[in-house]
Amino acid sequence: MSTLTKIMRKPITSAIVAIFVGLLVASIILVVAGYDPISSFEALIGGMVGKPKYISNVIIKATPLLFTGIAVAFAFRVGLFNIGAEGQYIVGTILAVIVGYSLDLPPVLQIPVVVLVGTAGGAGIGAIIGWLKAQFGINEVITSIMFNWISLYLCNFVVSLPQFHQPNSTSSYSINESGYTTLFYGMKNSEDGAEAIRNIPVIGDAIMRTDVNIGIFVAIIAAIFIGWLLMRTKVGYEMRAVGFNRDAAQFTGINVKKNLTLCMAISGALCGLAGALTITGIAPHSIATLAAFENNGFNGLSVAFIANCNPVACIPASFLFAGLLYGGQTVQQTVGAPSEIINIVIGTIVFFMALGGVIPMLADRLDHKRAQKAKEEEAKLAAQVSDASDPSQEEANNAH
Amino acid sequence: MNKNVSRRSFVTGATGVGAFAALAGLAGCNQKKDDGGQKASGEKKKKLTMVTDTGGVNDQSFNQSAWEGMTELKDKNGWDVSYLESKQDSDYATNLDKAVDAESDLVWGVGFAMADATLKAAKDNPNTQFAIIDNGNESQVSNFTGVMFRAQEPSFVVGYIAARTTKTGKVGFVGGISSALIDQFEYGYRGGVAYANKEKGTNVEVSAQYAESFSDAAKGKAIANSMYSDGCDVVFHAAGGVGTGVIEAAKDANKLAIGVDRDQAYLAPENVLTSALKRVNVAIVEISEKILKDGQKGGTTVSLGASEDAVGIAEDHHLMGEDTYKAATDLLDKIKAGSVVPPASKDDLDKYVKSLS
Repeated sequence: MSTLTKIMRKPITSAIVAIFVGLLVASIILVVAGYDPISSFEALIGGMVGKPKYISNVIIKATPLLFTGIAVAFAFRVGLFNIGAEGQYIVGTILAVIVGYSLDLPPVLQIPVVVLVGTAGGAGIGAIIGWLKAQFGINEVITSIMFNWISLYLCNFVVSLPQFHQPNSTSSYSINESGYTTLFYGMKNSEDGAEAIRNIPVIGDAIMRTDVNIGIFVAIIAAIFIGWLLMRTKVGYEMRAVGFNRDAAQFTGINVKKNLTLCMAISGALCGLAGALTITGIAPHSIATLAAFENNGFNGLSVAFIANCNPVACIPASFLFAGLLYGGQTVQQTVGAPSEIINIVIGTIVFFMALGGVIPMLADRLDHKRAQKAKEEEAKLAAQVSDASDPSQEEANNAH
Repeated sequence: MNKNVSRRSFVTGATGVGAFAALAGLAGCNQKKDDGGQKASGEKKKKLTMVTDTGGVNDQSFNQSAWEGMTELKDKNGWDVSYLESKQDSDYATNLDKAVDAESDLVWGVGFAMADATLKAAKDNPNTQFAIIDNGNESQVSNFTGVMFRAQEPSFVVGYIAARTTKTGKVGFVGGISSALIDQFEYGYRGGVAYANKEKGTNVEVSAQYAESFSDAAKGKAIANSMYSDGCDVVFHAAGGVGTGVIEAAKDANKLAIGVDRDQAYLAPENVLTSALKRVNVAIVEISEKILKDGQKGGTTVSLGASEDAVGIAEDHHLMGEDTYKAATDLLDKIKAGSVVPPASKDDLDKYVKSLS
């Protein structure tokens, strides 16, 4: 094993090479489409981290992706493919709006109630999917995709109900202010408070102009908790055993059915939590008629697989993904590239991220080749040695 | 096998390197050109940014029309124009913020879904001018201009055309989400039918239904199908994406449909009778020039209609015949002159029908 192949085996190398190759291919696409890639990437980076408030917005956008990313990663480790993160997220938003608008308790009660009901909604959908899988062997991919659509239309139905529909708009009423988890909300809306925030150096603008909320802290705690649950607890051990080999797990006395249902319930709960925290944390604090999926759940799939289904690795992956999404809009604005091109660029980068596993394999191949070469050389050397001793033998043969 | 892989990766690598070199050169050229342009013009160009709603800039409807207006401004005045597309409702605020950061002189919000977000952005950024399509400015914020269309005017005219074209004596209306905005279309349309009934002594009926969506084409198709099988032979829609379903249903049933916002004849040339036009592009050009050239300072709601040429009907009229088209354009002229005032709400319509009889 040489130093080169050693470096190639480090996961970080895979990530860096993947991003680099992704950017290279993306540049080719941009050139083909007639846009200047260098100024495009300048705009992309500038739009991500150019100002404190952009960083703040990236963090805000990363929050739901991190939740759904962990949810998908977690289910995948237990051998389930939760493509229904999208629907579970939507159910979380719907329930949060219904409860948050109907109830008006003091914030200490209102916030937990709204968030927990949203979480429970996601968990409920997840549990149904898991139970159907465990009890009747119905493939979770099918049921969860169907639940995506059920959730989408349920959302549109709730928005259209007279008690929730905000007249002359496409959205529902906002939840009551007592349910907001936006930080410094009260201060921002009073003259003195706003002045005080603006005067904070560097980050004042970021706090004032973005919906800074508690979501990301909860999400990071959730990522670490799920990582701990999977790797350090009996529950996690059982679940991973189910993920590796269902039959073997059953044979060792693990209750597979219970674990499948529980896993999907937890996965769904994370998505529901993401939805509820989006409603409580970000303006407009309401749901709107959906023409298509907003992709909070589907992007979670990408996040999970970029992170190789490691819950803690989902944290940087979600930031990267959110950065690309948010910075991409700046590319559109400054370079004029249509959003379709930007989506292709983002897709390319993610695609090569997913191919990250190729690098260690290449390292294996290199090592293998080197070993083979060494063997061949050895064989040659051996042949030469025997060649050197041959003449005498031949002579001996001839003599016979 | 091994050799294959290495050859392929070599080719990819070489292409990559080549392309990278080429694009580096390209980038160099572009930058030079930009610098030259900046120096030549001397003074600072006006900068306009529009933020689309979730329909996106290629929505075949008002976002696209708005962008056409923006590009017209670019060609005409050499202004710097760009757009930002919103993917979700929560993008409105961040996109408007980015538009302000780009030092835009005027920021357009397109569509009434963006009303609250645009108003808030205007309050937060008093030094930038904002304007919004399809929403008024009730709060009198001084750097904010609301732009409304008198959509009842073209709806009235297409209602008149529908009533003159129908053979079954029944026409339909498919609305998007019920709101004051869509009421203008429905009651304008009903008014036009009533006007034709009076003029021709007919008794054409209108049946109206709402899809409660602006995007669900399948629902639009279902509603239109039931209307056609119910005896309607002309259906007008004011429902955005739902309308493509309505037009599809017309095509399947070989009946007639009336488009909205843009000339939608290209969707079904033999089935789209006409379209009630809302020329968002005209509004964008007109209002932008008023604000940036004449120094008009917001704080108002601008209402645009036939007299400003911001609404109208499609020119193509091969499905209705010369007579009807002539009568329709005459009617439009009467609306321009103010001698006919189309109703925009249920109360208006009731009064209007009474005044006819």
